[in-house]
Amino acid sequence: MNSNREELRIGFYVCHCGHNIAATVDCAEVARYVGTLPHVALSREYKYMCSDPGQELIQQDIREHKLNRVVVASCSPLLHEHTFRGATEAGGLNPFYFHMVNIREHNSWVHTDRKEATEKAKALAQAAIERVAHHKALEVKRVKIHADVLVVGGGIAGIHAAMTMANAGKKVYLVEREPTIGGHMAKFDKTFPTLDCAACILTPKMSEVGNHPNITLWTYSEVTKVDGYVGNYKVTVKHKPRYIVEDACVGCMECIDACVYKTPKFEDEFNEGLGKRKPVFIPFPQATPQVVIIDPETCLNLKTGKCKKTCVEACADRMAIDFTQQETFDEIEVGTMIVATGFKTFDAKRVPAYGYGVYPNVYTALEVERLVNASGPTGGEVITRDGRHPKSIGIIHCVGSRDKKTNVWCSRVCCMYSMKLALLLKEHTGAEIYNFYIDIRTPGKGYEEFYNKLLDEGVHFIRGRVGEVTDWAMTPEEEGKLTIRVEDTLAGYVRRIPVDMVVLATGLEPQQDAQDVRRLFNLSCGGEGWFLERHPKLAPVSTFTDGIFIAGGCQGPRDIPDTVAQAGAAAAECLALIDKGYVEQEPNTAFVLAEECSGCKSCIPLCPYTAIAFDESSKVAVINEALCKGCGTCVASCPSGSIVQNLFEDDEVFSEIKGVLAYD
Amino acid sequence: MSKPKLGIYWCASCGGCEETVVDLAEDILGVVEKVDIVLWPVAMDFKYEDLRAMEDKSLFATLLNGAIRSTEQEEMAHLLRRKSQYLIAYGSCAVTGGIPGLANQFPREQILKYVYEETPSTVNEKKIRPQLKFEESGREVHLPGLWNVVRSLDQVVDVDFYVPGCPPTPNITREAVNALLSGKLPPKGSVLCPDKALCDECARKDSKPTNVAFVEFKRPHQQLLDPAKCFLAQGVVCMGPATRSGCGAQCTSGNMPCTGCFGGTSRVRDQGAKILSSLCANIEAKDEAGINKALEGIPDPVGTFYRYGLAKSLLRRRVDLPA
Repeated sequence: MNSNREELRIGFYVCHCGHNIAATVDCAEVARYVGTLPHVALSREYKYMCSDPGQELIQQDIREHKLNRVVVASCSPLLHEHTFRGATEAGGLNPFYFHMVNIREHNSWVHTDRKEATEKAKALAQAAIERVAHHKALEVKRVKIHADVLVVGGGIAGIHAAMTMANAGKKVYLVEREPTIGGHMAKFDKTFPTLDCAACILTPKMSEVGNHPNITLWTYSEVTKVDGYVGNYKVTVKHKPRYIVEDACVGCMECIDACVYKTPKFEDEFNEGLGKRKPVFIPFPQATPQVVIIDPETCLNLKTGKCKKTCVEACADRMAIDFTQQETFDEIEVGTMIVATGFKTFDAKRVPAYGYGVYPNVYTALEVERLVNASGPTGGEVITRDGRHPKSIGIIHCVGSRDKKTNVWCSRVCCMYSMKLALLLKEHTGAEIYNFYIDIRTPGKGYEEFYNKLLDEGVHFIRGRVGEVTDWAMTPEEEGKLTIRVEDTLAGYVRRIPVDMVVLATGLEPQQDAQDVRRLFNLSCGGEGWFLERHPKLAPVSTFTDGIFIAGGCQGPRDIPDTVAQAGAAAAECLALIDKGYVEQEPNTAFVLAEECSGCKSCIPLCPYTAIAFDESSKVAVINEALCKGCGTCVASCPSGSIVQNLFEDDEVFSEIKGVLAYD
Repeated sequence: MSKPKLGIYWCASCGGCEETVVDLAEDILGVVEKVDIVLWPVAMDFKYEDLRAMEDKSLFATLLNGAIRSTEQEEMAHLLRRKSQYLIAYGSCAVTGGIPGLANQFPREQILKYVYEETPSTVNEKKIRPQLKFEESGREVHLPGLWNVVRSLDQVVDVDFYVPGCPPTPNITREAVNALLSGKLPPKGSVLCPDKALCDECARKDSKPTNVAFVEFKRPHQQLLDPAKCFLAQGVVCMGPATRSGCGAQCTSGNMPCTGCFGGTSRVRDQGAKILSSLCANIEAKDEAGINKALEGIPDPVGTFYRYGLAKSLLRRRVDLPA
């Protein structure tokens, strides 16, 4: 039934939406006019079509008046298309015999002239009446969802998301490009505002991840290729050679002791270059996995081939060292993914006035995290690069944040971590601490209290953006010190404050390769380069690609509690999809008329979802319906008109245009 | 039993379509065996009065080529419609306006002024133009007037079938005549021609890469053309993907790109728009400067993409021209 040959009986409903529409559009007149159009069996106005009685009205009319098409003129289809399709289906029709006209966002909300707005509503309604005649019955397709999940990035976001899903019984792949998981959090000493030791709360989770039966942990690995679609992604992961057989290494670290380099000689990345390591090393004692790594840039054997290989001797029977290791690849199938690739800290050298990289006693906050850490390069002793114990320390906030010359956004964390470091430095050194801030932002649980505590402790707060850090002494007390020149905007004059040590509270930025990652996972980015959520309020961890979620610092600056909450949310989104078992696909997909396609291949490179392939045996283009998002690009570009899109067939679109133009 | 009567008539056309009938070569004898040609002004002498005297629908079919530009052509189109059981739009001009349709880019006055006064080879100091009426020795001579625009045949009268091409190739002409005579006809309004795009029968099809990514466009005379490689892969505009097949890919076999004379497929409402959207979407550059640079290679987009179809396209004519 309901074929196009059957006599058309269209039901039309115009919604008042309270006063939202009725105040600007004469709904009675619209209903009257549409009632005069051919094939319109009935035309009604109603106060709230989306209400239960409104939906019931549609169902009843379909049954009693034998309607076979339904048009509702109301709000945006984004809001209620689903509702009215449901009502149409409940009335016994295929839901796609329904069409919606937006006379609120497109009309009453943007117009003030009641007469003109009413005329426009009539024209839009006529277009829908013309269009709906060409609608066809369509079927919503279901696609099964693979239960395995991929988490990209092993910082606290990735760790938390992976653990949540693994504990729910899902098989999780956790891919981290560094040799260990832990991310930025592993480098922190304490966390604000509770001053929990970061390692104490993080490392148990790390080893849990490492040992979890449901988690496949791949460190020193990167995702290189993503194919497929929600529920059925095919992902290629590259394992970089660490020259250690991970399964054989027991983390005894005897090879490190045995290395021909008797003392650590090379810059230690984990300690931000403040310490040294050997060519064979483990990033930090609680690194997960507990597996050493050999740096090919510094290893004598890998660089020259001439080495006594004392490490191999030390490893002995375990035979965990393999200098011949090459890149390897794994291809996995997953249904959903969480991208938690984190952030990078701002390069302080980009603000030359603060002297980072010029004056040895200027530090970044992350360096100070390592400096005050008991397992850091100095064992927690705060000693400057020139060997002094600082008596006075200046902490400059907003370096690379809230600054038109660098990044305009607030890092959301530097106020709080600056205050945390102020407290730790004061504890460690007893020095006078000066905070230079623009505004103090403490919008978190216990954050304002933490600020108050610092004020009580006698930490100095000076409101003003620092002009420069200089070693050019103007007074005897500035001799041998770094002088911070700042306009104290509360006191109203320019001050010069000499200190022994300067800490730059650097802001947060998107990762260097965020654009590559964005393309790899088909994500969107905001102007700043942070990954874009589908909706800032109502879909904060979803992306525009179904089945791929984002969590943590890759989406924008945030602190640990927010990151963990978001990771949990992303995990819940994955679990919701997996446990549902399938996704329903909007049938507005495109398909190739295989009998008509000439095989010119024009459409193939245009598909943003790589849903079109060329079938070499039949020499025609083929669209993978599950991948198609219904964007219409191929349909518009097919030079022989051999691609058709459901709900957007030429007849439907042209008749809609005809309808809107017919009204005058 | 008398044989079915066939008319062949021309309106705004170059005469190439008439040639095709001759190109049937000895096959024309087969045609003549089956039909009586009762009207064919280009080859034989007939009087319009004789035609007017015929009974309505007494012609079995008329192959009408050429677009409708003049009042006389319109009059004849109506007359032949009345006299014919089947009226066939024969050739690109009758089907979609053809080359004459390109005149719809310009006002009639501009065309007449250019043709009669301004072309480099014109000597017309008195600026004499053809007149609709002229009296000499008490006798009045008339000339047909020109409409503002060129129209396809079906924009003037009801058309039964279409045979496209500039000109239609002998094979499809033969098939069209056979279909008419045998009565095995598709639904009214059909184009008597395959409905797939030309790439389907083009020998170069396999040489087209998946992603042509146009960096620049070249016209055929601007480079040596590889005789085996897809023209689009060589950066040469080829209308093949947007044009009906059925011609046997004669142009591309002769190392010239398709110019689109068979028109779009039945699924396409505007051949030019279709190929434009396909080619432009496949330009490699995504910034305005790069796109403009690539498009510099197409100096006459209307003449390139709407060479045969402007009159019947969505563009149709200059907006300030009345029909």
